[in-house]
Amino acid sequence: MALLQISEPGQSAAPHQHRLAVGIDLGTTNSLVATVRSGSPAVLADENGEPVVPSVVHYGSDASVSVGAKAAALAIVDPLNCISSVKRLMGKSLQETRELTGLVNTLSDSTDESGEMQVPRIVTAGGNVTAVEVSSRILEALKLRAEEALGGELVGAVVTVPAYFDDAQRQATKDSARMAGLHVLRLLNEPTAAAIAYGLDRQMEAEGSIVAIYDLGGGTFDVSLLRMNRGVFEVLATAGDTALGGDDIDREIVDWICSNGEIAASDPSTMRRLLEAAKSAKEQLSSAQTAAIKLNLNDEKTIELELNRTDFEQMIEPLIKRTLAPCRRVLRDAGVDKSEVTAVVMVGGSTRVPLVRQQTGEFFQRDVLTDINPDEVVAIGAAIQADILAGNKPDSDMLLLDVIPLSLGIETMGGLAEKVIQRNTTIPIARAQEFTTYKDGQTAMALHVVQGEREMVSDCRSLARFELRDIPPMVAGKARIQVVFQVDADGLLTVSAIERESGVVASIDVKPSYGLSDNEIETMLRDSMENASDDMQSRKLAEQRVEAERVIEALDAAMQQDADEFLDADEKSQLLSLRSGLQDTIDSGSAAEIKNAVEMLEKGSSEYVERRMNASVRRMMAGQSVNEIEEKLAD
Amino acid sequence: MPITLTDAAATHVKDYLSKRGKGIGLRLGVRTTGCSGMAYVLEFADDVAANDNVFEDNDVKVIIDDKSLVYLDGTELDFGKEGLNEGFKFNNPNVKDECGCGESFNV
Repeated sequence: MALLQISEPGQSAAPHQHRLAVGIDLGTTNSLVATVRSGSPAVLADENGEPVVPSVVHYGSDASVSVGAKAAALAIVDPLNCISSVKRLMGKSLQETRELTGLVNTLSDSTDESGEMQVPRIVTAGGNVTAVEVSSRILEALKLRAEEALGGELVGAVVTVPAYFDDAQRQATKDSARMAGLHVLRLLNEPTAAAIAYGLDRQMEAEGSIVAIYDLGGGTFDVSLLRMNRGVFEVLATAGDTALGGDDIDREIVDWICSNGEIAASDPSTMRRLLEAAKSAKEQLSSAQTAAIKLNLNDEKTIELELNRTDFEQMIEPLIKRTLAPCRRVLRDAGVDKSEVTAVVMVGGSTRVPLVRQQTGEFFQRDVLTDINPDEVVAIGAAIQADILAGNKPDSDMLLLDVIPLSLGIETMGGLAEKVIQRNTTIPIARAQEFTTYKDGQTAMALHVVQGEREMVSDCRSLARFELRDIPPMVAGKARIQVVFQVDADGLLTVSAIERESGVVASIDVKPSYGLSDNEIETMLRDSMENASDDMQSRKLAEQRVEAERVIEALDAAMQQDADEFLDADEKSQLLSLRSGLQDTIDSGSAAEIKNAVEMLEKGSSEYVERRMNASVRRMMAGQSVNEIEEKLAD
Repeated sequence: MPITLTDAAATHVKDYLSKRGKGIGLRLGVRTTGCSGMAYVLEFADDVAANDNVFEDNDVKVIIDDKSLVYLDGTELDFGKEGLNEGFKFNNPNVKDECGCGESFNV
């Protein structure tokens, strides 16, 4: 007998067509999977009731792969074949990976001469593996757990990523999900997921409201400011400290135990036991006023200490104060006053420490949201989103949309940025625009994808370059090249170009350097406002230059063909002097001067153009009947 | 009582309803679909329609339309776990045979 869940009114699924979807918090240290059952989101635990899967993968020499707690246990005996914190390696180049500190694994030295984008590989007893592969093992384990718990195949998952993840890191996360056989419904920013978990996107007064997400995990601290804008959580600013977290609190307690118990933590096994004792004391102090620390050390020395909350808070206060600097920074970066923040969400296990809540609350001058388990809140928000995306909610529940922060466009002749998708367009979106060739017989076209609000490409950010080749030779302007910009729901951009006459195609997925920090976006926006009139002048000038070059090009081509036939020596030299006059102004002249010179050349050559046309019409009509000519013209 | 809920089922229904924050009860029903004729409907109920029957058992309001009641009369709704999976079960005395998974049935 199947186990059924309660659906929303009118949303009952047909048998065997349950739209099972999960939210996945793919964390640096721990990962979780959650789902919505009978309308309630919950994290899925294993058979022992353990919700967390440590983000650790072990590769054995016998080709065995273990994931989670089992792999974490092996980390102590076989650290080199055990990969933890793989999230830090996602989307990183070999160079960047080499520069990462604290990586215990060995990187493969094999260098591929041809490949520009070298994918770093980690050497293990089970072969060399990429970050994407390691990550896919974790996702696979979560997927298996979910399918077991839900009794069926998943239609998809929402996977969370840090707000500061750039496009390469997002793409890598998507790739690893695909490798794990998981359909990604959407990548969701972690702070946005936390806000969704608290339903902050569905409150009546949500529009325009500003939410702070304070995320203090084991080893990292992040704070983000989000603003609800037309049903979309927009990330206003993020800041943090990549080397600050609960582990630092534990180390403070270890130091306290060492000095008060008069011992030295020399060997790793003593250190590990001290850390365990410290963690447990920290957890006790979240609810109790005192914590008893009892430790039997190897040399039969027993330590019995009592740590009270006042002393504990005194010793960790400097650490917590350090989290407030990034809080101040996000407010400043976003130009937002504390009083404008309407909710503060606590994320990460370390926010269970009462002093963290109190200090954060005091800083933002409001109560912080702590009702949802801070370890699970991100996964729960992702699960709620996945439930909606899988179609288990009535249509009236609006979908969370994202927008493009900066316009996306393409470089055209003269270094101009032609915008194809305007900023603030909601995604997913596809827009097409037609371009043409500039020169006669042009067989290739270089496409340069840029991002930004400025008119000149040099002031925008370059995203990617690719070429459309094998365009059949045609007169300039005859080729019809359709360029399609497609941004999927995760903000990943694909640009493709097709020549309509011949059907040749080329395309590129934009990965590198796509992600801009909010500061950079803001700077770029501000620049575009401040430089609006300069930009307009630049655009005019560039357009005139392109036009001038086109005219010269056409004249040269014509004169090479038949100058002697239609022009006498005087006319020829007159034309050439106009031509060189225009040529001189191209580099130095203003837009108006170039325009003037172009007009003069066009006027000066009009007689020549007329003669050529008449001649070509005569040639075409010679020896043909009127009917034939009409047919030809009709073509 | 034509429809009953086990304690486990009632506890979970009440829990889900309170978490949902709205709804007057639970709607049970059948639809003609699925691989073996009929399929169960299990939904939150926000309102009662003209041809609905309302029962109350174990503090839970159960709403069933006239047509479905014929097929569900005497059903006990249970809540159970199978491994990591958990959910509601219909113990329906009217069922003659059901498909392998029990999601659809014949009377």
